[in-house]
Amino acid sequence: MNSRTSLYAAHEKMGARIVDFSGWDMPLHYGSQIKEHHCVRRDCGMFDVSHMTVVDIDGSDTRDYLRYLLANDVAKITAPGQGLYSAMLNDRGGVVDDLIVYALPRGFRLVVNCATGDKDLAWMNEYAQGFQVALQQRDDLAIIAVQGPQAIARVSSVVEQTIGDRISALKPFASIFAASSPGGDDWQYARTGYTGEDGLEIILPSREAEAFWWQLHDAGVPPVGLAARDTLRLEAGLNLYGHEMDESISPLQANMAWTIAWQDAERDFVGRSALLAARDEGPQDKLVGLILTERGVLRDGQAVYIEGCERPGVITSGSFSPTLGYSIALARVPLQAGDWAEVKMRKKSETVRLIEPGFVSRGQQVFAAMAE
Amino acid sequence: MSDTPKELKYALTHEWALNEGDGVVSVGITDFAQESLGDVVYIELPEVGDKVSAADEAGAVESVKAASDIFAPVSGEVIAINEDLEDSPETINDSPYGDGWFFKLKMSDPSELEHLLSADEYIESAAEE
Repeated sequence: MNSRTSLYAAHEKMGARIVDFSGWDMPLHYGSQIKEHHCVRRDCGMFDVSHMTVVDIDGSDTRDYLRYLLANDVAKITAPGQGLYSAMLNDRGGVVDDLIVYALPRGFRLVVNCATGDKDLAWMNEYAQGFQVALQQRDDLAIIAVQGPQAIARVSSVVEQTIGDRISALKPFASIFAASSPGGDDWQYARTGYTGEDGLEIILPSREAEAFWWQLHDAGVPPVGLAARDTLRLEAGLNLYGHEMDESISPLQANMAWTIAWQDAERDFVGRSALLAARDEGPQDKLVGLILTERGVLRDGQAVYIEGCERPGVITSGSFSPTLGYSIALARVPLQAGDWAEVKMRKKSETVRLIEPGFVSRGQQVFAAMAE
Repeated sequence: MSDTPKELKYALTHEWALNEGDGVVSVGITDFAQESLGDVVYIELPEVGDKVSAADEAGAVESVKAASDIFAPVSGEVIAINEDLEDSPETINDSPYGDGWFFKLKMSDPSELEHLLSADEYIESAAEE
């Protein structure tokens, strides 16, 4: 029996096509993933991402523990509510998971991937030995992401004005905690997302999620399924765990060098020495974006051939870009790759253009057009 | 639930065939197939004049999610193709049995139609997938 989020009944009522996602019954789309994609780029949409795992950590050693556990440095967080994107590495410098860590009014909160949730918890518990910390998996919480240029305005229209004002003032990766009942602080509104658009990820008690979902619906926010979530994050050039990186892939090969906090030379973190060695040696691969303007859709796993390079690269995520109207992909390719490559596709081979990862942001194409 | 009209014949590979009379059938993909594929973004059609045998590849359909070949349900010559699909492949999702038809065949052996599945038989086979 698969797990279901507190919004499952709402998804069924809204006509969702439900699929298995890592043991969860989740909405793939509510009719058309392309229409949902356009809603988020042009207006806004809401996603149920309650399947993601939330872990709250408290105790006197929490900060030291997280500075050791994570490759990014929670010392950069200077105020409650602030979030930080980080990799959690193994001692070979591979990626156990990627996550967002937030400072809570007391302690910290990690939001990790659904598919890796159990593995992450075991990992985190193992490394908690010797630290005064308590880890609590928050199965009592739901997460609703509202994303798109109108997301902030639309959410503001359904919450108290004081909360709306505070949401509008949030900087990216910051969040506020707001009471749903007097004295409570159990709703978190974070200005984060996975679409390349402005928006919020709202972490709230599961028992209150469905009512809030319908309030958003009544305010004109359409539901968006996991299928559009994937094309949106791909257009934004954002990594997906298990595709762009995994336990055998270094963050240096996955366009994540910016998430490694080397600044404090005194700080040891899991994977640091392996990653230092890899950095000094120089990575053999890099993550790039691919563009195919001809007909056909690039797919995960297809080989990417670079001229003068015997070893092919590989497409880590390939799909169709609804915004651009042609296929795009992320690929891990040999470092010497230039501007063009050949991809062995279904029944044919096509030339693709290589760019830095990132295709669409805030509704607009972000890479330069080809000089003629 | 997918729509599976009684008056059509079906192939195991998810094409439908409508007998239009005079030995002509129109061919498309089923509602079940378009639902499984999701939003269609590209299609490949045969060319008018192509001669195909039953179960021959006669085109392809590619969605955001996956690509799939289209097979000729019966043998014959392609006498028309639905060129509108090239510019608006979403028609296949919106109207799989109507405006979303792929091509028409002049059958070389109309008795082949009898070998195709009835709506009930197709529903049963699709349910097993």
